Amino acid sequence: MTTVRTIKAKQRPGDRVFSASTTIAGCIILAALAAVAVFLLAESVPAVVSGPDELRDGADTFWAYVAPLAFGTLWAALIALVIAFPISIGIALFISHYAPRRIAQGLGYIVDLLAAVPSVVFGLWGIKVLAPLVTPFYQELTTNLGWIPLFSPPASGTGRTVLTVGIVLAVMIIPIITAISREIFLQTPVLHEEAALALGATRWEMISMAVIPFARPGIISAAMLGLGRALGETMVVAMVLSPAVVISFVLTGSSNPATIAGNIALNFPDAYGVQVNALIASGLVLFVITLVINSVARIVVNRRKAFSGAN
Amino acid sequence: MNIKRSGGIAAIALVGAIALASCAANEGGGTEAPSDLSGTLVGAGSSAVGAAQETWIAEFQTANPEVTITYDPAGSGAGRETFLAGGSDFAGTDRAFKDEELAAGGFASCAADSGIVQLPLYISPIAVIFNVEGVDTLNLDADTIAGIFAGTITNWTDEAITSQNEGVELPDLAITPVHRSDDSGTTENFTDYLAQAAPEVWTYEADGVWPISSGEAAQGTSGVVDAVTNGTGTIGYADASRAGGLGTVAVLIGEDYVPYSAEAAAAVVDASPFVEGRPEFDLSLELDRTPDSEAYPIVLVAYLVGCETYLDAAQAELVKAYFTYMASPEGQAAASEGAGSAPISDALFERVTAAIEVIG
Repeated sequence: MTTVRTIKAKQRPGDRVFSASTTIAGCIILAALAAVAVFLLAESVPAVVSGPDELRDGADTFWAYVAPLAFGTLWAALIALVIAFPISIGIALFISHYAPRRIAQGLGYIVDLLAAVPSVVFGLWGIKVLAPLVTPFYQELTTNLGWIPLFSPPASGTGRTVLTVGIVLAVMIIPIITAISREIFLQTPVLHEEAALALGATRWEMISMAVIPFARPGIISAAMLGLGRALGETMVVAMVLSPAVVISFVLTGSSNPATIAGNIALNFPDAYGVQVNALIASGLVLFVITLVINSVARIVVNRRKAFSGAN
Repeated sequence: MNIKRSGGIAAIALVGAIALASCAANEGGGTEAPSDLSGTLVGAGSSAVGAAQETWIAEFQTANPEVTITYDPAGSGAGRETFLAGGSDFAGTDRAFKDEELAAGGFASCAADSGIVQLPLYISPIAVIFNVEGVDTLNLDADTIAGIFAGTITNWTDEAITSQNEGVELPDLAITPVHRSDDSGTTENFTDYLAQAAPEVWTYEADGVWPISSGEAAQGTSGVVDAVTNGTGTIGYADASRAGGLGTVAVLIGEDYVPYSAEAAAAVVDASPFVEGRPEFDLSLELDRTPDSEAYPIVLVAYLVGCETYLDAAQAELVKAYFTYMASPEGQAAASEGAGSAPISDALFERVTAAIEVIG
């Protein structure tokens, strides 16, 4: 469109229909986003201006109400990312550079399969299998490492802690991070890799010199996509977490900070009046958090791109 | 495959039933003439009544094939709002409409100067369940239960517990109290019990959301039962029909420890006075959680709410028939079987029947 042409091809009906439909499709996504934003903003106002006695959990203002929830959301997602990130990179590198081709393919399919498991199934697994399994470990941690604030006693008696939720969320985001990083590792220019090997680098040195620098922006965006999934995950948190209205870094205790999405799922069915507005307003906060994180990720990726040799 | 087959069988059974029913009707002479009721009835409200409503609706529609009833278990608050706005013909709610709400009026389904009837038709005992190996039942007073859930009594060998349970071997184990993480009528009634029966230990008001941040939380009745079952040294509260094989607490009333039972739950409702200053057919209860007689005080009472006079006489007839069925011994027995509720007593049945009579 930027080039000036004097000769124009005759537009056929197909061209018009196709360009119109793509334009409409593009507009629909904008309209949907705008509609959601307007809905959230309009419905949030009564909660933000509400008085002390109208909100739940003894909060005086909306911000006091949403702060522990926002903290819990970030905390649970961060735990999940810390657990999932190294494992995912390991799996991706194994598939792309270490495993024999046949095993690599099979493993790739299995990881993709993991992404297809519905979150409610992960939730059930968290409640029925993981929580009872980790409870004795949590008790050991609090008795032996209780001096570390993260494990301060008493331990949870049911294992439904924020760490358990973090582990389940990690399992859920591993396939996302793995799949994207694997694709990016595979795109590393073969010339770079061969050059490194020809200069006498070992395989690990080749990966650290050629593959990782090339893939860094991709890895970051993969991690951010995983983080986004963890931030918004609702079902697992609602089912597994034992929530309370606290801001606490303790990983193994009974009182864990609730997350925004989980809190909405738990309290919406019986909420009415301003409480509904408060839940919607907390949804707006989650929307903003996700937007900020995605924007930061994009900025990071764009800044790094210039040095990676990806172009 | 299986689904198809059983669906087919169900369809055959249904067709057969209808055919037989119509035969019987044609032959006439039976006292059970098929009802001539028809129409659609819309209800909404408490999810606690949801299971009972499913049972009632199924039975009522079988008896009255021309009637369609829907019940949306959207929650008590939503149910009251929907009824107030005229979006439903009746409401199910964990708490009755309050004086100020009644004074404000404006019930859109009702005739202009009509009052409403509030009937306590669903009584459900809430069991205090625990998981301590080898112990099936414990005797506890209200202060001890409140102390456990408030986090001041933290071990099963605490003096407060052992002194009431001589001869029971309790392990030296930390207590993990489990409460509901979602907003629920069960929590509201349980905290109401704690606030009324142990005001010195439990200094919080009754609320559907658990008021303190100590203890474990789990989603829904199933979540609590699951957490108590899978945890160690856990204690929680749940709808009594879901207690399963877990240990349950007998609560101290007067001199005796009363385990939960349908009769004891209905008894506490009988022992409770109606809210003062209400119209004759508003049977809102002032639940007395510290009765003198032998009764089980931790119960959830849900009300079915309708108008005294409906705008539409046909709707009134439907509501009246449905309410009559729900209050009837058959209806209460069906709910008891389907949802584990406690049937209302004969004394309450008479009051309820009198109230239903005025619907018109």
